[in-house]
Order: sequence, then C-alpha cells, then structure tokens
Amino acid sequence: MVLSSRKWSAANILIFILLCIGAVFMIAPLLWMVSTSFKTKMEVFALPPVWIPEEWLTAKYSEIWTAGPLLSGIKNSVIVAVSVTLIGTFTSSLAAFALAKLQVPHKNKIFLMLLSSIMIPYPAVMIPQFIMFSNVGWNDSLLPLIVPGLFGNVFMIFFLRQYLTSVPNAIIEAAKIDGSSYFGIYAKIVFPLIKPAVAAQLILWFMGVWNDYLAPTIYLTSEENYTLQLVIGNFNAMYAIQTDYPLIMAASVISLLPMLIVFLVFQKQIIESVAISAVKG
Amino acid sequence: MPAKSKLYRKEMIYGYLFLAPPVIGMLLFTLYPMLYSIYGSFTDWDGLGQMNFIGLDNYKDLFSDELFHKAMFNTFFMMIGIPIGLVLALLLAMGLNRGIPGTTAFRVIYYVPVISSLAAISILWQWAYNGDYGLVNQFLDLFGIKGPNWLANKHTVKPAIMIMAIWKGLGYSMLLYLAALQSVSRSYYEAAELDGANGFQTFRAITWPMVKPVTFFIVVTSIIGGSQIFTEINIMTSTGGPEYSSASAVFYMWQKAFGNFQLGYSSAMAVLLALFIFIVTLVQFKLNEKSSGDLD
Repeated sequence: MVLSSRKWSAANILIFILLCIGAVFMIAPLLWMVSTSFKTKMEVFALPPVWIPEEWLTAKYSEIWTAGPLLSGIKNSVIVAVSVTLIGTFTSSLAAFALAKLQVPHKNKIFLMLLSSIMIPYPAVMIPQFIMFSNVGWNDSLLPLIVPGLFGNVFMIFFLRQYLTSVPNAIIEAAKIDGSSYFGIYAKIVFPLIKPAVAAQLILWFMGVWNDYLAPTIYLTSEENYTLQLVIGNFNAMYAIQTDYPLIMAASVISLLPMLIVFLVFQKQIIESVAISAVKG
Repeated sequence: MPAKSKLYRKEMIYGYLFLAPPVIGMLLFTLYPMLYSIYGSFTDWDGLGQMNFIGLDNYKDLFSDELFHKAMFNTFFMMIGIPIGLVLALLLAMGLNRGIPGTTAFRVIYYVPVISSLAAISILWQWAYNGDYGLVNQFLDLFGIKGPNWLANKHTVKPAIMIMAIWKGLGYSMLLYLAALQSVSRSYYEAAELDGANGFQTFRAITWPMVKPVTFFIVVTSIIGGSQIFTEINIMTSTGGPEYSSASAVFYMWQKAFGNFQLGYSSAMAVLLALFIFIVTLVQFKLNEKSSGDLD
C-alpha cells in the first residue's frame, strides 16, 4: 500500500521469495495431479519422478467417460446445485427483505431462531432426515439433496439482511405509497439493489452444494444417481486397486475444473464476499 | 387510522409469507430431526422394528465403546492442525499486506485449494501420500529422508490428514486475516514507528489485538468444522485407517448408522456432537461479549 517507495527493500525481497516457495507448495500437488493424468503407467511409477510426461497422453480423458458414470454425475450435480441455489436464493432473499425492511411482529425473534438453527450440525440431524425421506420413498433420488435447500439458506439470509440495511427505507416507503405490491417492491427495487451481494452468496453456496459429499453418500445407492463427487470417489476406490492413477487423476481434474473456472472468473467477487464474512461475522 | 392498520395488516401478512419458507424449512429439516435424534438416542432404534425406550443405555455403551473412544481421540488429535494453520495463515497475510507486487496472484494461488472439492483433493493427497511413488516421499527423498507409507501407518495417518487439511484451509484463513489487516488504520503503525517500536513490539501491540476477533472466528469455525470431519477419512482411509487410527467421530457414527443400522446408538453420538458444538458456540458468545467489552 503505502510502502511503494521501498517496495523492493531487502525484507520485501525475502518475503517475496518465501511467498513464492509457499505458492509452489500450494500449487505443486495440483500440478502433479494434472501431470499424472497425462502420463503412461510407466511414468507414474518412475523414480525419480517425472513431472513433464514424455508424451502428453490424452487417452485417459476419453477413457473416463466410459470407465464410470462421469457424465451422469456431472448432470446430477448440476441439477442439484442449480435448483438448490436458484430457488433457495429466491426464498432467502425474500426472507431477508422481510426481515430488513417490512414491519413484521416478532421478526427479530424469528431471525434469532433461524440463526440459532445454524448451530445444529448436519450430522446431528442426518439420521432422522434419512428416515423421513425414506418414508416418502425418496431414497436413491436427488430429491433429499434438493428439497431442504429450496427453503432457503440461513447464512445467505444473514448476509443479505445485513446488506439491505444500507438500502434507505425511504425508497421502500415511497414505493409503498405509490401502491406497489410487496412482491413488486422486492422484484423491482430491492432485488436489483442487492444483486451483487446475491451473486456472491449464490456462487459460494453453489460451490458448497457442488462439493458436498456426506449427504450424497447417505442417499444415493445406484450409480446412475451419483453426484460428481461420489463418482470420482468411486473411481478412486475402483481403479486404485488396478493402480490406474492416470485415470483417477483425469477424473479428478474434470471434477475440479468447473469450480476452478467459476473461481477464476469471479475471483474478485468471491474473495471480497468471503472477506466480508469475516469482518461481519 | 383504520386505513393505516389495514396497510399494516397487509404488510404483516406479506412479511410472514416471505418468512415462511426458511421457517418451515428450519422446523422440518433441522428442529424436528434434531428432536428426533434426541428421542432416538434413548431407544434401540434400528429403522425397521419398534423403537423401545432403553433409557441411557446407548450413552452408557458409548462410554465403554473402545472404537468410539478412538474415534473421539482421532477427531480431537487432528484439531492440533488448527493452531498451526492459524500461525501460517497470519504470517502469510502479513506478508501479503506489504504491497509487494504479485499479491493478487498469490491470493488466487493460495485460495485454489479452498474452492477445490474435498473429494478430489482427498484423492489427490491419497496418491501423494503413497509410500513408494507418492509426491510427499519423493520430495522428502531429496533430503535423504525415507518417508513412511503415510496412510497405512497408524502413527502417521492422522498427521498426514492434518497436513492436508492445513494445506486446504490455509487460503481461507489467510483471506480472513488479510481483510482484518487491511482494515487496520495505517496511522497506528505510523504512530508506532514514530515511537520507535520494533517489528515484534508493533505486532504484539497493534497487529495481534486487531486481528483477535478474526483469530477467534477462525478457531471457533475450525473447531466446529473439525468436529465433523468425514470426507477426507472416508476417501483416504475407507475402513477407518490401520487399527481404526484415522476414524473420526462422524465417520464412526456414519458407519454405525448406515452400515449397521444401529440408529439409536448413532443418534446418541449425534446428540453428543450437537451438544459439543452448542457448548463451543456458547463459549464463543460469552468470550466475544467479554472481549468486545475490553476494547471499549
């Protein structure tokens, strides 16, 4: 920031070098994964290790699609993550609007109640939830992964409510006097104003749902219903015995790619909204 | 007045309408199952037959269940990684807060493991920990160290998972620290410089107190997250590791519930887990109140 005049002081050069070494440690395992996915089996077990394959074999990247239900895994993950985050964001933002801007009796009590429910961890409720969904015949389907999310996300409500406090009440009062309906105020005035915050929260939530592992292991039993994370977990269990590491790594690379792209595209928004969560939290 | 109260009534109705989904969701998918877990923990629930009330038997059994003790021990042991990650993250954030060129790139690189799926990362590290051909041992080999077969050795499997967790979470804590550091006014540091404070004194008197809330936040969320560790264990050591040395509390609970269908028994574990997290959160609130009082 201010130190520009002594940007390259001895101390800063040293720190820069340390940061570079740290960055190597952070990125090396991921590069190793990518490089392994292009190797021959011989190269995988070569000593000393081969970082850059002699020939970049892309065979594994075509093989993975038939070696397991990778494509349906991606499809299922997209179905779950998109439906949860889109509808869940809608319900969450409506609730945040009511909490921040509408005169609702006991709304603070309701908010507190919602907040305190965050304290209850998923593993503590997963067994009764499992039985509940089994009783309605939703086992081995995506519904148990989707339906709870449709009702909203308390974290998102929390942050959007916070964000809405910066929207002046006068705008909303004026719209009320103009005779706008409450849903109209939300759709035409509130939502456009909080769009950046909504987008950031939606991305974070999407990533969380996309990467979820525990709930899918509980509900999904047939392979065609697996989400992507389960598919690659299964790849790992099946092909590690055959030491087909290039295949496993290729599947893992494919599973990482979507989130990596989302992150690189929205890195500024993601980093900012995570940072806000700390200051506010 | 009647017109106003009519408007008010309408606003109230819409307010409740907008609040209904999350409230219903919470009652249906959190509160009700939680109460059911508590109830189930006092029964011999197996998902099929009748649920018979057996009092505290499940809890008593847990008390003398060696595998449960192991799982609890493993879970807490792996939390040793929390302070290590914390120190690294703070150092990193301080390094990145000096306006050195490339800061944005570093931030992105350190954050990539955070956004990566835990399943893929666990698979990658399982391979990296391979005794003969894994990346970790090949790296150690450069220094003439013969590394163990990390995940197959009951002494190294927990540190191995811990190191991976630190690696994965580092970027997140770093980011939070960086945000906190950037909110510290430059004038504090300038005043300290004028007073002739050295680097360490500045750190102790300014930086550390200013980032204390973030430290606190990271510690609490890491304890809560750490007490629920599952994915890494399930993927890297699908049987719970050599002599059950990597099984976590949630892993054991998951096995008992969905492998053995001892639903009542695992509900007792679920209740203990919820209780633990409740206490941690409560302590956080109390300490937070106290420390914010100190500042004023």
